[in-house]
Amino acid sequence: MIGTALATLVSHWRRKPGQLATLVIGLSLATALWTSVQAINAEARASYDQASAALGGGSVISLTAPEGRIHRSVWAQLRRDGWDASPRIEGELVLADTVFALIGVEPLSASTSQAMVGGGEGVGPAFLTAPGVLLAAPETVEGLAAHQADLPPVQASAQLPRGQVLTDIATAARLLDRGDQIDQIVINPDAREGLTPLAVLAPQLDRVETTDTGEVSRLTGSFHLNLSAFGFLSFAVGLFIVYAAVGLAFEQRRSTLRTLRALGTPVRVIVASLLIEAFAFALVAGAVGVLLGYGVASALLPDVAATLRGLYGASVSGELSVRPDWWLSGFAIAILGALGATAQSVRRAATMPLLASGQMRAWALASTRRYLLQAGIALALFALAALIPQLASGVLAGFALLASLLLGAAIGLPALLAGVLNIATRLVRGAVAEWFLADTRQQLPGLSMALMALMLALAANIGVGTMVSSFRLTFEGWLDQRLAAELYVTTRDDAQSDAVRDFLEARADAVLPIWSADSDIAGQPGEVFGVVDHATYRENWPLITARPDAWDQIAAGEGVLVNEQSWRRAGLALGEPVSLGEGATLPLVGVYSDYGNPNAQAILGLDGLVDRYAGTVSRLRYGVRVDPDEAQALTEALRAQFDLPADGVIDQASVKAFSLSVFERTFAVTGALNVLTLSVAAFAMFASLTTLASMRLPQLAPVWALGLTAAHLARLELLRAGVLAVLTWLAALPVGLVLAWALLAVVNVEAFGWRLPLHLFPMDWLRLAALAILAALIAALLPARALVRKPPREFLQIFAQER
Amino acid sequence: MLIEVDGLEKAYGQGAERQPVLRGVSLGLEPGASLAVTGESGSGKSTLLHLIGLLDTPDAGEIRLKGETVTGLDDAGRALRRRHQVGLVFQQFNLVPSLTVEGNLALQARLAGQHDAEWIDTLADRLGLAAFRQRYPEQLSGGQQQRVAVGRALAARPALLLADEPTGNLDEETSDQVLDLMLELCADAGAGLIMATHSRIAADRLSRRVHLTGGRLS
Repeated sequence: MIGTALATLVSHWRRKPGQLATLVIGLSLATALWTSVQAINAEARASYDQASAALGGGSVISLTAPEGRIHRSVWAQLRRDGWDASPRIEGELVLADTVFALIGVEPLSASTSQAMVGGGEGVGPAFLTAPGVLLAAPETVEGLAAHQADLPPVQASAQLPRGQVLTDIATAARLLDRGDQIDQIVINPDAREGLTPLAVLAPQLDRVETTDTGEVSRLTGSFHLNLSAFGFLSFAVGLFIVYAAVGLAFEQRRSTLRTLRALGTPVRVIVASLLIEAFAFALVAGAVGVLLGYGVASALLPDVAATLRGLYGASVSGELSVRPDWWLSGFAIAILGALGATAQSVRRAATMPLLASGQMRAWALASTRRYLLQAGIALALFALAALIPQLASGVLAGFALLASLLLGAAIGLPALLAGVLNIATRLVRGAVAEWFLADTRQQLPGLSMALMALMLALAANIGVGTMVSSFRLTFEGWLDQRLAAELYVTTRDDAQSDAVRDFLEARADAVLPIWSADSDIAGQPGEVFGVVDHATYRENWPLITARPDAWDQIAAGEGVLVNEQSWRRAGLALGEPVSLGEGATLPLVGVYSDYGNPNAQAILGLDGLVDRYAGTVSRLRYGVRVDPDEAQALTEALRAQFDLPADGVIDQASVKAFSLSVFERTFAVTGALNVLTLSVAAFAMFASLTTLASMRLPQLAPVWALGLTAAHLARLELLRAGVLAVLTWLAALPVGLVLAWALLAVVNVEAFGWRLPLHLFPMDWLRLAALAILAALIAALLPARALVRKPPREFLQIFAQER
Repeated sequence: MLIEVDGLEKAYGQGAERQPVLRGVSLGLEPGASLAVTGESGSGKSTLLHLIGLLDTPDAGEIRLKGETVTGLDDAGRALRRRHQVGLVFQQFNLVPSLTVEGNLALQARLAGQHDAEWIDTLADRLGLAAFRQRYPEQLSGGQQQRVAVGRALAARPALLLADEPTGNLDEETSDQVLDLMLELCADAGAGLIMATHSRIAADRLSRRVHLTGGRLS
């Protein structure tokens, strides 16, 4: 019996292939966007876990020499004493105009190095023996191919980020001409028990113990949550299509359901049939969605990997692996989505009286009571959104706020539109205009799902667009302030640093040392910089809050500036002492914005830095103030005089361009998801309008019979789609702006530690309005065209048929 | 006795607006016999058929189908008896629009697990539907659709056929054809027939007639 009932219900889709396509495409798109985000997150998590596992629980000690290089014999001594130590060389491999980051490791000496070579991928005898092998990401291999004649064989490895080249330490030493010098010794601290302490074995070396993989997971957690939230929003928008398609199918199958019941099919059989049908859809759409999601994730992953590297220094593979956790989650969300979208239809089928009307009720006038209820729920959700920041904090609370806001706006939209149409009905005069508004109001229940989807997509677009644009504007201004010097010079060692400083003193307007040391800042690991007293800082440095005499106190060594993220995390107040490691403190005299840096940072007077951190200060970098017209000549003079590294002298414009390119790449993923969500919403409009068009004839036939031509009716259909798109856009505008505010003032602060000012971009909104109207008109065009071409016979049939 | 109805009462609405539709209706039907229920619009004809057809439950009274009291059955029990023992023909045809004529003809028999391809072929031939078996309801005339509905109702060889104004949407000639077929097939299948109609001519074709006025038989 269930087979017959199921076949009878499924036969509906055979007669409505367009509707079936709408449902499957909607669910597939929703699943695809969700799956793509999950795939990206899973890939990133796997990279963190792999690194963490290889590092024996995520902790590592690195030894470096204050003077820059370590002799290989030190590493050999540590090995002889039983330490699980591995040498490492880092340098820049300059080939023509391209610079690659070359890393040399000794893969057999320590587990810590295994992480670097992806658990052994590509490590064979050829890697370890001359001429060696260079491992690089597939994209980097292409860049290296042009210089193959000068290099050892190159091999692609999906484990490495773009631009990085990994090789055996002997090969790296040869390519960088390092001889017996290495840069770092990496030590697995788990194996230290019973060994001679490092402080005894290598007292001359600096020791830094980090738990960087755990740190990376913590730092990137916000980013992944951000992506998940966007993925879920896209999924929700896609689900509106499914919900609308399933709802319409229910209305169209109402008479079939009633007939099945009348012929003796028990309710439980009908419910089971509907659930089996939904499950089957979920499996088909889930499979399509997972495949599509794989494609989207593969396309987005390189940008995400770049973002994670740029923002957090996290190394994530640029190539996507098929992992069960994300494709299973894709199927799970497709099944949940299909069942969720079907739930209401199943409930209605289960409770529908046997003798209920079999007529479609897509246009049944939604009662005023229903609109009032929707408005009430919307207001309650808005109130909840307003309360959340008072009740809770954290990124999750931020997203709960956004969810309440968006859900409230979506639920309240039909009531708002009905209210606007009611007011308009009272204001207009003329039979056609009155019929048009009344008919539009009658269509609202059938169109509301698509309009909600459109509103969510528009609000998300406005919100995220405003956030990104505000960020860009602020970031550009901030770069102008932070990068006030015309040239930035990096020297090889302290001796060269002194020589370069002497050279520049005579030729530049000012030489501003950018010296730094690692230190705890208010209990967080970070970096302390020393600055000289100069107008460049007093006039340009982007201070958020400061004492009036902040720069005087910095110059006198009596105060410290900290970056915004340390200030917020530690909850510091001006004048409060800031601990700077080993019991030293200085009062806080100001806070500066420091976008793109997840770590703590502080600024002292230069003398104070050298006094406090003697021996550990990196003194290799300078900012140079010079007449911009003379910058090029000075660059050339510096390069001619000194053997500086390839990136030893960089002009301000290059640094800004690089920073902005990192910024653009960071938000490339957000932009792509934004466009995809809007496309899904446009498809929702198209699907709803085309499906509803097939049921519109009973409303249009009487008006046609009264004297309006089919062409006139078609124009009115187009006008209706445009009007509804404009009204939806108007409703989305305030929601999007509140969303932008929440992202900038709540989510960003929780996720990244900095707060950004909100800027408004009305031209972007107008562009979005034009897009929304265009999407609605395109969606309405096909049904309108079909209406114009409809023969009179079809209108007349309406009067002869049961309705 | 195929069907026995005793003191059936039914009212619709709530409180002061409650309107009695049937007031103590009693009747019976032998196997293979036919009964016309006539009356004005709103007299309770359809309600009586809905109750006998187990589509609805009475407020009071009792219905026995082949000696079994069916008034106290739950939804699943009523569905089981509808499926196996009752055929229904409605004024509005109520065909499944997404199934072909053949699919509609076989629907109830399949649901009851009593599909008999030969019998379906016979029905299709006798009802003049053989040439339209792969067509969809929307491609048929009103008379053809009602013939499909009659065939569907008889496909599971029910003991009782209930027809609610089966010719109400048809012209006189087509009405006669449909009625002829329905009576012939009922006789061949040995099914009892109760037909609600406001047509005196149609009612005269059946073996017995009762008239409903204000919810009471006269």
